[in-house]
Amino acid sequence: MWDNLARLVRYRGLIQSLVVRDLKARYRGSVLGFFWSFINPLLLLMVYTVVFRYFMVRPGSDPNDPNALGGPYAVFLFCGLLPWTWFTSALLESAGSLIFSGNLIKKVLFPAEVLPLVSVLSTMAHFFFGLPILAGFLIYYEFIDPAAYIHLHFTKLLWFPVVVAVQLIFTSALALLLSSLTVHYRDIKDLLGNLLTFWFFVTPIIYWYKKSPIPKSWLNWNPFFHLAVSYQEVLFIPDNVFGHKKWLLAMGAGSIVLFLGAYWVFDRLRDSFAEAV
Amino acid sequence: MTAPSKQIAIELSQVTKVYQRYNTKHFATLKSALLQRSILRDLQPNETFLALNDVSFKVAKGSTFGVVGRNGSGKSTALKLVAGITKPTSGTVAVDGRISALIELGAGFHPEISGRENVFINGIMLGLTKREIQNRFDDIVEFAELSEFIDAPVKTYSSGMYMRLGFAVAINVDPDILLVDEVLAVGDEGFTHKCLDKFGEFKRRGKTVLLVTHSLAMVERFCDEAVWLDSGRKKAEGDPKRVIGAYIGDVNKQEATFLAASDAKAQKTVSTAPAPAKPAEAAPKPADPTAPPADMFQASEGRWGSRLIEITSVTFLDQSGQPRQLFQTGEGLTLRLNVKAPSPVRDFVFGVGIFNAEGVCVYGTNTSIEEYQSDSLSGDAVVELAVDALELVEGTYKVDVAVHSEDGAPYDYHRLLHTIRMKSPVKDIGVYRPKHRWTFSPTVRFKDNRPQRG
Repeated sequence: MWDNLARLVRYRGLIQSLVVRDLKARYRGSVLGFFWSFINPLLLLMVYTVVFRYFMVRPGSDPNDPNALGGPYAVFLFCGLLPWTWFTSALLESAGSLIFSGNLIKKVLFPAEVLPLVSVLSTMAHFFFGLPILAGFLIYYEFIDPAAYIHLHFTKLLWFPVVVAVQLIFTSALALLLSSLTVHYRDIKDLLGNLLTFWFFVTPIIYWYKKSPIPKSWLNWNPFFHLAVSYQEVLFIPDNVFGHKKWLLAMGAGSIVLFLGAYWVFDRLRDSFAEAV
Repeated sequence: MTAPSKQIAIELSQVTKVYQRYNTKHFATLKSALLQRSILRDLQPNETFLALNDVSFKVAKGSTFGVVGRNGSGKSTALKLVAGITKPTSGTVAVDGRISALIELGAGFHPEISGRENVFINGIMLGLTKREIQNRFDDIVEFAELSEFIDAPVKTYSSGMYMRLGFAVAINVDPDILLVDEVLAVGDEGFTHKCLDKFGEFKRRGKTVLLVTHSLAMVERFCDEAVWLDSGRKKAEGDPKRVIGAYIGDVNKQEATFLAASDAKAQKTVSTAPAPAKPAEAAPKPADPTAPPADMFQASEGRWGSRLIEITSVTFLDQSGQPRQLFQTGEGLTLRLNVKAPSPVRDFVFGVGIFNAEGVCVYGTNTSIEEYQSDSLSGDAVVELAVDALELVEGTYKVDVAVHSEDGAPYDYHRLLHTIRMKSPVKDIGVYRPKHRWTFSPTVRFKDNRPQRG
């Protein structure tokens, strides 16, 4: 297993070109090309904002409540929605990645774990393409419309790459696990879609967790809760302390363990791929 | 320095590969597995298939090694084991040198992106670095004859272009060991020649080639050694001519058994059908095997006639009198009909017609054409037609036999019920091979590497 992990490093050139290929192939032939990477999250954001701003009562908007959430809702939403989109698309794509590229596994000597990891990384690239939009909002409210009281804290922003790294490890672990199991159980992909919808709503992304009816002791069991809150605290909450960092670091450690476990499972199932896909 | 020929590039020792087939339920789903609490059970294979059984062979460095065998004999499995794509269930596979496998050309090409980008990604997959690909890029494109289209998306390529590009990338990996699986049918004649030249170049540069193919001529021409696999077992190994000889002999034997079985089946279905009682009913059927129906493809096997004289059996005999269905072109053949007339008959004609697979009547004759005038026949009798040398080109032929009256009313007519197969080392075309020889004036010269045919 360790040898295989080391070999993976040797294949970074391949991973890199496959990610680039994925990105190039995705928008080839569409008029707006790469702009879709920006437009997609923007459209998604508009839909959610319209629905929760105007059609439904926004949770946590009571100005007299100390737990209430200040600031523009769209930005808050974006902080959680953008990483969530990365997470779900990475999992959905990687689950089918081995079957989709079955030809490669059967015919070319090739470390199969490259495929789910490429899915995770190319969806991460889309996540990065969405960041400028978020940054644009943040800068707008910070400097042009200070009444909205968003205050960026530079020390907190330094945590942002850490949050992304934790999410990357966590997502990769799940991607390895799902892709190897999907080879044997084809319907995982279908179940996964529904499961992710449920997961989305029990995670404080469209609402602020302090206003959620779900007790904190329950939320703590939800790994993505910690990621979402970390993003929200780092980018949006005007407090100058990043209160959730202990949870984030614990989750980082847990993700590494989970990754190793997932890699072990993947390694065990590896020999069956060429025959089962 | 040690002699390089003593070095081993590939060594399989006592390799067994068992493919695990899971039960049919396994195809199904996680849902059913959860419902039936059978996840663990389902992950256990319940059916196994022995693809390779205790196979050992060594390939010396710098040699070209052929693997022959029927479909499903384990050839491709052996190649995948050498390539490292699958692992042996038991035994060891040792490989010394960089491998490039021409197992499936262009596996991993992405249809949406250009040929240029695909060359890079495919090359990296096959183990090259970006710089190495950059250096070889022009060679690859030139070899694939695709310089005009290299920036078009691969989805616009024809299948030939696709394969050529895949071949060009794989062969430019510059491996120490090249694994080739039936991939030379990738282009037109010109491209095939280029591929063969490339193989020749590989050989000259002392590279090792492992070739899996059905083209025995290629094995004979290129390989230094060969192995014959049959149902996962090694049947023969060594000199390619000897291995191929053994293989062809076995294929012929199997084919003969198969022909006999299919004829027996046709005859059985026909004889269970009731014979038409009235000759009038049979009248529209051709009464003479020399007159084939207008469209042979629509002709179905059958047997009809009044059975005043019955053909009880049809046998093909070789020169030594042994029954056979497989003959070499130019061999002698005797067609023996056992017939039976329950009551004496005074008016009869025996006829024979030979048809090739396209339904062309190759030859037909009967006793009336050859001016035998029937006098009497009663009880059991034997009719033999001896051909001294059957000069038909390779292929499968149907032999119709019949006995009928002078005016054409059938007694017993066998249509498409009997098959012979002609074999020939020379792949000439047409139907008939007249005895012939070439002579040349001294100014016409040929290379003297023409195989000696017995």
